Amino acid sequence: MTAPPAMRAPAPVTPETVAVQTAYLRTMMLIRHFEEKAGEAYSLGKIGGFCHLYIGQEAVAVGTISALRPQDYVISAYREHGQALARGMTPRAVMAELYGKAAGCSGGKGGSMHIFDASLNFMGGHGIVGSQIPLAAGFAFAAKYRGTDAVSLCFFGEAAANIGAFHETLNIAQLWQLPCIFVIENNGYGMGTALHRSSAGHSLADRGAAYGMASQVVDGQDVLAVRAAMDVAIERARTDSLPTLLEIRTYRFVGHSMSDAAHGTYRSKDEVEEYRKRDPIHLLAERMRAGGYLDDATYAALDAETLAEADDAIRFAEEAPDPEPGELFTDVYAEMN
Amino acid sequence: MAVMTYRDALNAAMREEMHRDPDVFLMGEEVAEYDGAYKVSRGLLAEFGAKRVVDTPIAELGFSGIGVGAAMTGLRPIVEFMTWNFALLAIDQVVNSAAKLRYMSGGQIGCPIVFRGPGGSALQLGAQHSQSFESWYAHIPGLKVVMPATPADAKGLLKSAIRDDNPVVFIEGEMLYNTKGEVSDDPELLVPIGKADRKREGKDVTIVCHAKTVPVALKAADQLAKDGIEADVIDLRTIAPLDTTAILESVGRTNRVVVAEEGWSFAGVGAQVVDLIQREAFDLLDAPILRVTGADVPMPYNKHLEKASKTDPAKVVAAARRVLYLD
Repeated sequence: MTAPPAMRAPAPVTPETVAVQTAYLRTMMLIRHFEEKAGEAYSLGKIGGFCHLYIGQEAVAVGTISALRPQDYVISAYREHGQALARGMTPRAVMAELYGKAAGCSGGKGGSMHIFDASLNFMGGHGIVGSQIPLAAGFAFAAKYRGTDAVSLCFFGEAAANIGAFHETLNIAQLWQLPCIFVIENNGYGMGTALHRSSAGHSLADRGAAYGMASQVVDGQDVLAVRAAMDVAIERARTDSLPTLLEIRTYRFVGHSMSDAAHGTYRSKDEVEEYRKRDPIHLLAERMRAGGYLDDATYAALDAETLAEADDAIRFAEEAPDPEPGELFTDVYAEMN
Repeated sequence: MAVMTYRDALNAAMREEMHRDPDVFLMGEEVAEYDGAYKVSRGLLAEFGAKRVVDTPIAELGFSGIGVGAAMTGLRPIVEFMTWNFALLAIDQVVNSAAKLRYMSGGQIGCPIVFRGPGGSALQLGAQHSQSFESWYAHIPGLKVVMPATPADAKGLLKSAIRDDNPVVFIEGEMLYNTKGEVSDDPELLVPIGKADRKREGKDVTIVCHAKTVPVALKAADQLAKDGIEADVIDLRTIAPLDTTAILESVGRTNRVVVAEEGWSFAGVGAQVVDLIQREAFDLLDAPILRVTGADVPMPYNKHLEKASKTDPAKVVAAARRVLYLD
């Protein structure tokens, strides 16, 4: 594991700082409102299947994806609505997909766990734990094969760090020097199994050392810390074509999916309340307020705007038509000439 | 035209397609410096370099997933499995990723990849190295499953598979690698996926077969001919999509059918062929269809037991005589 970057004096506040941090705040608020609305719609039976919300983890998606360029690749697991929005997908396209509507990003055939947008190199939405990890290395392989400087960003939960695909891919990514950033979103629980009950060793980031891979533990509630770590990882990928393993420690404030309560069986209410004190949105807002570049009126306006976007997405999804019956049999195979 | 082995025909297909399209590359265990575990990739490293002929660690799940990821960006990987037995470690990427990406992305993300390597049994390799998995993959919507029996088909079908925009499971035969036949040297001569081939013409009984059971069926047909029975031998060549037309046309000519395959019987390829015929050509049948399959046991090592478990010409002849009510 490489040492974390040395502490630096806080950068002076510039108009750019304000704009960048305001954008982070706004995107995190949008994700929060989107997920809360999705949860409500799920409870009303408007959204089917499994639905895994990102509430509490917003800084991970925003801090990492904000550092990417358009040609870079992003792939995730099934808790990916937040990452899709952070990548620039519209709330309408994502929400309509959750509703299974034709206007959804995947035409209603994917659902909550299979959000895709090829135009943004957002490569899914994958429902088998860890299966997206080698795919991410494949994007990095392709970038290198083509001689571009695109990088690949892969999200997965801490429970996926126990699966074979994780270890096989880390070995190959370091061996072949692939420009891939592996992000363990360590929210402490694989479904209802706490990290200490599933994973040996002191830290998941240490597992990178087994393959000689640069790795770092990051505070996932602090969007600026996430971004700083990501900047280092991207530089390593883009300039030196080397992978990085980031263990970003975060917490989900809600259940594993809409099927379980936020607390009760495997974690206590007190624990959840304690973590809620480090809400990533509030942490950033407080920092901006303390720096004197966020006032209540601006915060309220951002909150209202993003809530309106989430509401608009719900309305859009409600009104959108279902896929035509004939769509059942399209997209199974490519049409060949 | 040149006479070459099945192995060299596959090699020629890859070489030609790699010359034609810089997005085509080969990855797998021992494909490069070792020149291929079965020498199918012989000479490709020297010709195309390590960027396009890539040795992998023994990590089937990892490297097959990397291949799928590369294909999602539009490259055209050929992923070699040393054998399809080892591909069980990678089946999550074949079934859960490659086969479903196009559908679950609403048509946005394709996966033009070929997974290839030898399947089925060879000689005395035991239970874990002697298995036929074509019916597993053919069961999965989104995959194509191709199994050539001859050098000409091996070349023409592999070229089609590499050019196909869909994931293709391409199952070769270790016992076929040394077989020889005439192969075209025309780099644009493709054998289409989804088309069966009538390997022998006859009017008395249809024998449906594929891959290693094609030479078995042809030997059986030779023996039947000595008794004046003319077999119509249909080589499926592609398991998915199945060439239903060719099968039904043959049934129309003969009214009697034997389906031979190397794999186990339960839910095997032959079961699907029988289902097709009873639905579409029930009135054409003059006898129940019989299947000849491998015995439903893990493959034994002992050579006599192994031989007893396999589909062979004598079993096919016996089945043909039964559907003709000769025995």
